[in-house]
Amino acid sequence: MFKTKNFVKMALVTTMAALFLAGCGGNKDPKGGSKDVLGQIKEEKKIVFGVKHDTRLFGLKNPSTGEVEGFDIDLSKALAEEMFGKDVKPEYVEVTSKTRVGLLNNGKVDAVVATMTITEERKKEVDFTDVYFDAGQSLLVKKGSKIKSIKDLKKGTKVLAVKGSTSTINIREKAPETTVLEFENYAEAFTALKAGKGDALTTDDAILYGMAEEDPSFELVGGTFTDEPYGIAVKKGNKVLVDELNKALKSLKESGKYDEIKNKWIKNSK
Amino acid sequence: MLDFSILSNNIDAFLEGLKITILCSVIALLSSFILGTMIAVLRMAPVKLLNWLGTFYVEFIRNIPVLVIIFFTYLAGNFGGMTAGTIGLSIYTAAFIAEAIRAGIMSVPKGQMEAARSTGLSYGAAMRLVILPQAIKIVIPSLGNQFINLVKNSSLLAVVAGGDLMYQGDLISAKTYVTFDTYILVALFYLILTIPLSLGVGLLEKRLARSQ
Repeated sequence: MFKTKNFVKMALVTTMAALFLAGCGGNKDPKGGSKDVLGQIKEEKKIVFGVKHDTRLFGLKNPSTGEVEGFDIDLSKALAEEMFGKDVKPEYVEVTSKTRVGLLNNGKVDAVVATMTITEERKKEVDFTDVYFDAGQSLLVKKGSKIKSIKDLKKGTKVLAVKGSTSTINIREKAPETTVLEFENYAEAFTALKAGKGDALTTDDAILYGMAEEDPSFELVGGTFTDEPYGIAVKKGNKVLVDELNKALKSLKESGKYDEIKNKWIKNSK
Repeated sequence: MLDFSILSNNIDAFLEGLKITILCSVIALLSSFILGTMIAVLRMAPVKLLNWLGTFYVEFIRNIPVLVIIFFTYLAGNFGGMTAGTIGLSIYTAAFIAEAIRAGIMSVPKGQMEAARSTGLSYGAAMRLVILPQAIKIVIPSLGNQFINLVKNSSLLAVVAGGDLMYQGDLISAKTYVTFDTYILVALFYLILTIPLSLGVGLLEKRLARSQ
């Protein structure tokens, strides 16, 4: 008697909770299609860029000044100025590989400039501009490591990577026998590598150079084994904004401003 | 409606995560209960030094975020993510369990200890055979809360690549870009674990109340 009553109660509560949560999944696209984002940016006099806060050379929050610094930041600043002059103020919101698509889709950021590789899969979710930086995936290891290239990643080796990045998919394809451990961000993955939790850290060479610069007891090995063209992502359907960004990017490249920004941050690039 | 293809396409990952979450929770539950009881006894022991040790542990551990403890056990020790996470959770939860059990010990009338000692039992035996069984019975509701928290806190394994439910959810949402539905499924899996636990504690409470 006692038991059945409790069982019924248990089943009831679980079902109700399940239904409630399942119902939550319903409204996937609350905002509907694409508004005139460009007009909105001009009206509000601000454009919100999603940038990394933990990626040396591209987007890193400097703890002593509180400012975010890097290639992605300088580039987006230049792009905003090219597109809107001094009228529109660029603002920055932190994104991670995990959060950037979600933040674009719910309208918290207008454009993501965050070491984001253009892939066919992602093109289904967001719109990309032209390539703004050519990176390639590589490996970072402790100097003197037995691992010299991706061929050395055999069974029993551990590779550290970051959740949500293309490098995790690539490494599982190219070195299927190795164990991949995924972390929240590059800082945590690098800390884990330093603590000996894995044999190598894999991501784009541009990011790895930043880590090797920070701690010279680590080095890149084996060259690059993929092409990672970085693009600026905007919410799906914002063709106007993509076109404007492409135009601005092109004129920055022509005026030499692009190279100036690139050389300031990335010295080792191809 | 919820996109159930996420579930069917990734069922192996979800089940693997569920397995690790359960394994971690069960191990951490047992070890934190044992450790917590020991610390509670230390805090009540008639030796000043032991009291201090117990108090130091409780105050030190429960005032640090559990995430920091897990990072520490992961980075400082030579363990994988799951082991380090389980150790971290046990250390953390033990501090709260110690406090709950201490409250239980204090609510057992003093006369019980005196009577037990006068029958010739040593302090340790009196504590173990007379006081603790009564104390634990009194604090079962609050222990239940701690254990439910423990299951939920095990989601922090995700940050040290522990392979638990939350970690699998992170990977699935990163792979499919279907963030919302993935985490709803993760939440449902946690509910499958925590609701029976919660009702089970209620049941146990009633049974113990009757036997009193």
